[in-house]
Amino acid sequence: MSAHADTHAHDDDHGHHHKETFVTKYIFSQDHKMIAKQYLVTGTIMGVIGILMSMMFRMQIAWPEEPNVLFEALLGKWAPGGVMDADIYLALVTIHGTIMVFFVLTAGLSGTFSNLLIPLQIGARDMASGFLNMVSYWLFFLSSIIMLISLFVEAGPAAAGWTIYPPLSALPMAQGGSGMGMTLWLVSMAIFIASSLLGSLNYVVTVLNLRTKGMSMTRLPLTIWAFFVTAIIGIVSFPVLLSAALLLIMDRSFGTSFFLSDIFIQGEVLHYQGGSPVLFEHLFWFLGHPEVYIVILPAMGLVSEIMASNSRKPIFGYRAMITSILAIAFLSTIVWGHHMFVSGMNPFLGSVFTFTTLLIAIPSAVKAFNWITTLWKGNLQMNPAMLFSIGFVSTFITGGLTGIILGDSALDINVHDTYFVIAHFHLVMGISALYGMFAGIYHWYPKMYGRMLNKNLGYIHFWITAVCAYGVFFPMHFIGMAGLPRRYYTNSNFPLFDDLANVNVVITIFALIGGVVQLIYLYNFFASMYYGKKAEQNPWKATTLEWTTPVEHVHGNWPGEIPHVYRWAYDYSKPGHDVDFVPQNVPLMEGEEELQH
Amino acid sequence: MDLTQGTTEEKHGRAKKMMLWFGIISLIMSFMGWTSAFIVSSSRPDWLTDFRLPNAFIISTVVIVVSSITFLLAKNALKKGQNKATSLWLLVTLALGIIFIYNQFSGFRQIIDLGYNFTGPTSNVTMSYIYLIALVHILHVVAGLICLLVVIYNHFKQRYSATNMLGFELATTFWHFIDILWVYLFLFLYFVG
Repeated sequence: MSAHADTHAHDDDHGHHHKETFVTKYIFSQDHKMIAKQYLVTGTIMGVIGILMSMMFRMQIAWPEEPNVLFEALLGKWAPGGVMDADIYLALVTIHGTIMVFFVLTAGLSGTFSNLLIPLQIGARDMASGFLNMVSYWLFFLSSIIMLISLFVEAGPAAAGWTIYPPLSALPMAQGGSGMGMTLWLVSMAIFIASSLLGSLNYVVTVLNLRTKGMSMTRLPLTIWAFFVTAIIGIVSFPVLLSAALLLIMDRSFGTSFFLSDIFIQGEVLHYQGGSPVLFEHLFWFLGHPEVYIVILPAMGLVSEIMASNSRKPIFGYRAMITSILAIAFLSTIVWGHHMFVSGMNPFLGSVFTFTTLLIAIPSAVKAFNWITTLWKGNLQMNPAMLFSIGFVSTFITGGLTGIILGDSALDINVHDTYFVIAHFHLVMGISALYGMFAGIYHWYPKMYGRMLNKNLGYIHFWITAVCAYGVFFPMHFIGMAGLPRRYYTNSNFPLFDDLANVNVVITIFALIGGVVQLIYLYNFFASMYYGKKAEQNPWKATTLEWTTPVEHVHGNWPGEIPHVYRWAYDYSKPGHDVDFVPQNVPLMEGEEELQH
Repeated sequence: MDLTQGTTEEKHGRAKKMMLWFGIISLIMSFMGWTSAFIVSSSRPDWLTDFRLPNAFIISTVVIVVSSITFLLAKNALKKGQNKATSLWLLVTLALGIIFIYNQFSGFRQIIDLGYNFTGPTSNVTMSYIYLIALVHILHVVAGLICLLVVIYNHFKQRYSATNMLGFELATTFWHFIDILWVYLFLFLYFVG
């Protein structure tokens, strides 16, 4: 009898598998939904730090070498008498770039939404390996901490630019930040790469293997396609950055000459000979260019999904969307040379890279047209997620057009390393990806926290952000064409740029307003967790599987059997149905044909 | 092949195998990084055009190819349920793996005898690349040996059978990858260098 009772108790244990302690539920969680939230919160904190840095160096550019109480308070010894030191200016620019590109828009974006949506939208109970998923997050956390620690070392954090070209990054005595700051940067990024690879491996095999019955690859929502291809790009390109970093570490710490040649420092001849920093640039940009697609593709996927759902129309050109994602992924690996047109590259090679770069305009244009045609005559639901999605298309087109100019070697040479470049990449990948991320958060917040974000605060957030983003980056095109170089601490010594001083003040004012406005979003984000309106199960009346799960999270996502899939993800306003959306798990009616998409 | 079919267990087994394959792709990419850097650097004025790979590397190439075969024999023996043969071949593989690493280091000794150190003023970039590539490969062999030790431990605890050998198969795949990788690196350094 007692044996029988024991078995029973054992069965119960299995049934209540999701009853966990605080530590396994909130800290070392292996549940993809919790890991997604961990990524989001960590990414948000890093984002606040990154934006704060940009606000500080913008103030220095607008009012060069003027004392500022904020600097004195925040920078301490780096701002004697409140005047920002030139070294810390370079460090702020470097760390701002690193944090925003890698920690916010790579880990924060992919990490959050791939983790949240892949299992929910393909119909899986969790990732293929929950354990590796947890390790991936904690490596990311560790690398974030190390990057933040590097801000506090005595000689300052890395200051060689986020691209860490040698020799500034290779010689510890080259500048203040080249010492311990650079070492910590490299350690942090090595851990980050490990984290990103573990995450990507998990995403790829989960999408391929754990789809529910009926979920063929051509029935997947475009979000999943985007995350899937992003992860593949990550698997292919991040290891090459690791190769470059290892060679750099050998040069830095062990005295090889892969990237260094004939260098005199403070009257001393160093033993290095024959190396070339251009080799580093090649290796770096072989990652660096695919990296911008790692940033933008997930945003594209989120936006496609949100636009279809809020237009109450099927996405226009589903297969063309997939093809263009694949085309962009392939082309992204053969265009890195366009970052190096002024590195002494053979002009013929330059023209080859120009050709491959301009080819990317084709799939990008296919996507932009498909978004616009999805909106066309739709029953548009203008909620904050939709506004950010439309904002994404706008900034993607604006930034993309200048990409055509910069991708052409003959034109690029004129504006290389000026604010024109800053304007281009901030709009096309920075702001666009950030809009994609905001759109995703407004749309999937109810899935994450079971409550709704405040809509009106969302509208205020969007409109002020949109005006400020263009206010910051649009004028940069003009000062860039006027020749103002990027990364300069001050331009006051060059009379030729005196006319541009006022433009820089305007840009900075927009940047400050745009930065402060994010507080509204932060308030909305954290307050709505506790005080937001309770969410319904399917608040946006969307077709994808994540909205068939209960609002309260359960371990394993669906309390009963995993739903089967009978149709693609975009059956909006399909004729013959009473409602304007048909979820993927609804079987075809008698006589109903599946849309030939 | 429709990957949406199958039980949860089958799906997870498939996913783990595939995860290893994608991991291998990423490792291949990092070695592509180093070997392409090697090619780019070969146009440098201080490049050694008449260097020879140490003899020890030839021996170690033979050793690691044989170790791959013995691992395969171990796997086949396990499939047939021959426990003793499996143990024997596993231990032979382990020994060959250790001999391989020992041999690589005698290769380094031979390069040092030629007068080229890995780093510093007495280094040469050609040899630095060879040291670096071989060392990183050794790191992968060490990882492979750790997997092998786990497999041996599990085997002696009799945790594998012909139907339940996922971990064993994963270790075999990784070991074959390390083997093929070294053969590629050796041929690359021999012909391109």
